Amino acid sequence: MNDEVIITIEGLKKHFPVGSGRFTALNGIDLSFGKGEFAGLIGPSGSGKTTLLNIMGTLDSPSEGMAIILGESVGNLSARASALLRKSQLGFIFQSYNLFQVYTVFENVEFPLLLQGIEASKRKKMVLDALEWVGLTDKIKSKPAQLSGGESQRVAIARAMVKKPAIVLADEPTANLDAANSHNILQTMEKLNRELKTTFIFATHDEKVIGYVRRKIFLFDGKVAKDEKIEKN
Amino acid sequence: MIRFLFKGLLRDRHRSLIPFIVTATGVMLTVVFHSWITGVLGNSIEFNARFAAGHVKIMTSAYSKNAAQTPNDLAILGTDTLTRIISEQFPEMEFSERIYFAGLVDVPDLSGETRAQGPSMGIGIDMLSGNQAEIERLNIPSSLKSGSLPQQRREALLSRTFAEKLGLHIGDTLTLVSSTMFGELALYNFTLCGTIEFGTTALDRGTLIADITDVRDALNMADATGEILGFSRIGHYNNEEATNIASRFNKSYYSEKDDFSLLMKSLAEQNNMGFLVEYSSKLKGILVFVFIVAMSLILWNAGLLGGLRRYGEFGMRLAIGEEKGHVYRTTLMESLIIGFLGSMAGTIIGLAISFYLQTYGIDLGPMMKNASIMMPQVFRARITPEAWYIGFIPGVLSSLFGTMIAGIGIYKRQTAQLFKELES
Ligand SMILES: Nc1ncnc2c1ncn2[C@@H]1O[C@H](COP(=O)(O)OP(=O)(O)OP(=O)(O)O)[C@@H](O)[C@H]1O
Ligand SMILES: [Mg+2]
Repeated sequence: MNDEVIITIEGLKKHFPVGSGRFTALNGIDLSFGKGEFAGLIGPSGSGKTTLLNIMGTLDSPSEGMAIILGESVGNLSARASALLRKSQLGFIFQSYNLFQVYTVFENVEFPLLLQGIEASKRKKMVLDALEWVGLTDKIKSKPAQLSGGESQRVAIARAMVKKPAIVLADEPTANLDAANSHNILQTMEKLNRELKTTFIFATHDEKVIGYVRRKIFLFDGKVAKDEKIEKN
Repeated sequence: MIRFLFKGLLRDRHRSLIPFIVTATGVMLTVVFHSWITGVLGNSIEFNARFAAGHVKIMTSAYSKNAAQTPNDLAILGTDTLTRIISEQFPEMEFSERIYFAGLVDVPDLSGETRAQGPSMGIGIDMLSGNQAEIERLNIPSSLKSGSLPQQRREALLSRTFAEKLGLHIGDTLTLVSSTMFGELALYNFTLCGTIEFGTTALDRGTLIADITDVRDALNMADATGEILGFSRIGHYNNEEATNIASRFNKSYYSEKDDFSLLMKSLAEQNNMGFLVEYSSKLKGILVFVFIVAMSLILWNAGLLGGLRRYGEFGMRLAIGEEKGHVYRTTLMESLIIGFLGSMAGTIIGLAISFYLQTYGIDLGPMMKNASIMMPQVFRARITPEAWYIGFIPGVLSSLFGTMIAGIGIYKRQTAQLFKELES
């Protein structure tokens, strides 16, 4: 079922300048992802999960090797082209939600569509659909400060999903949530993955997340230590 | 999109209200301070112009060398004709003849013996011709403490304290003892018609004011005058104009060799007034400079703090696919709008306060009681055209610069880095 490859990473290295020398955060990664995957980058703190996720999200660029996302080579993308790719095809979810505090739930979810220049009536329908997916239609007018952690993260999921991106990159999405909320949002994401064929890639060391993913990629010291796929029914 | 950002701007008080208040306050202070300084320095300059220096003053060359002693033996002759000619030659000025003189005021008793006596500083101005210009200039009507202005010949005004010290009442006779233009003893009787108080020690000690015709008679100065003061029809001192007129005048009337040739001096060229004139323009420059620097620093810091606070938002907007340039430009636009509105509010409030200070002024009389320099009692602000933009432009620019410098941070950092800084 994962025949269409949408991410190809070969010989990827990432160095950060540290003092006079440099620190190698990713040290030769080879990976590929197919459409519709539900995969987790798993590893201890400092193993390079976030760094890898940022490069796949075109927020950062490789030092060596290449990363091809939806046919575009991340290292060679102009700022404008990478913004365009993110705008149309990539969704992000972060540990700290990063909601826009001054805007309502509706407006937070609406923002990616405004960037795309989608007209108002269509926008409204898409926002309501996305809030329906995450079960938050009753909080449309709330401000982020009035939401619980679980609700906030569900708004973040709706904001990432509203434009139906090809790939959603989620960095420790459950780290600030209790068990019940974690399961709840993981089930939501699993459902969206199934229904919309969106590829989800997580960076995590949370056992609960690991229990949901269908592919576990273990990172250790900037290298892939193990890559196993789990067949689920 | 723009509407969306504007909505956010209005809702986020840290982004809108606080910079708005900071800008408005700074701009307001600048406008008020500017109007106040312009007013106070202008008031002092005008005060000196009205009571002593004129905007320009014509004297004989010899008189000018000793002007403080008012040497009337070196007076200008043929003043009637001269005044008429220069009034045509320099229509931008209004000319008034004045005679300043020193003397003694002697109060005789019934038998003619001296009852009381005191030194006096006299001013002879036009009061009876029906032209009110000089009376207004010296602010006589509102300085009058008792009695009335001279209505006929041989009437004089005295400083209130001086009159009291001499035991004089309205209607009493006093004798001026002085010397004529030719150095002979001059004795002249006046009737005291009123007392005055200017609120300035220098003027309130022993001033006698009489019509210039009487003074001419008293000092034997027919068709002569010590000084001719010129006042600009603009209504206030303009150094360029005064300097220009003086040099034109001197070209045709002044000769270095002739002691009785006529010399015109601008206010700035007379007894240290130059300092005040120069100070006035320099101070404004310094004020604007200090304001721009201070405001830029404050707004830069505010912008920096606001920017840091918003790194998460910026990072997220970039992650969602907004371009860096767009984030930067919209942030600048926000600060431009806030800067514009804040500067506008500041200017309006500043002008309103300045207008109040211009209309009503502040009475610093009690503080000036013992000042021996010639200063007005009530200081008023003065709104000049500069007041409309002197705060406004720096207000807009500094909020723009502040955000620009703060916003460079967004450009210099990797997007991924914005999140890191947010989390730490
Ligand atoms: N901008 C940077 N400059 C220097 N070093 C960095 C930078 N970003 C990451 N690193 C280093 O690279 C390594 C990998 O970082 P990364 O954030 O990818 O780890 P992680 O696996 O996500 O860890 P965690 O589970 O704590 O989030 C770490 O040792 C980190 O200190
Ligand atoms: Mg991480």
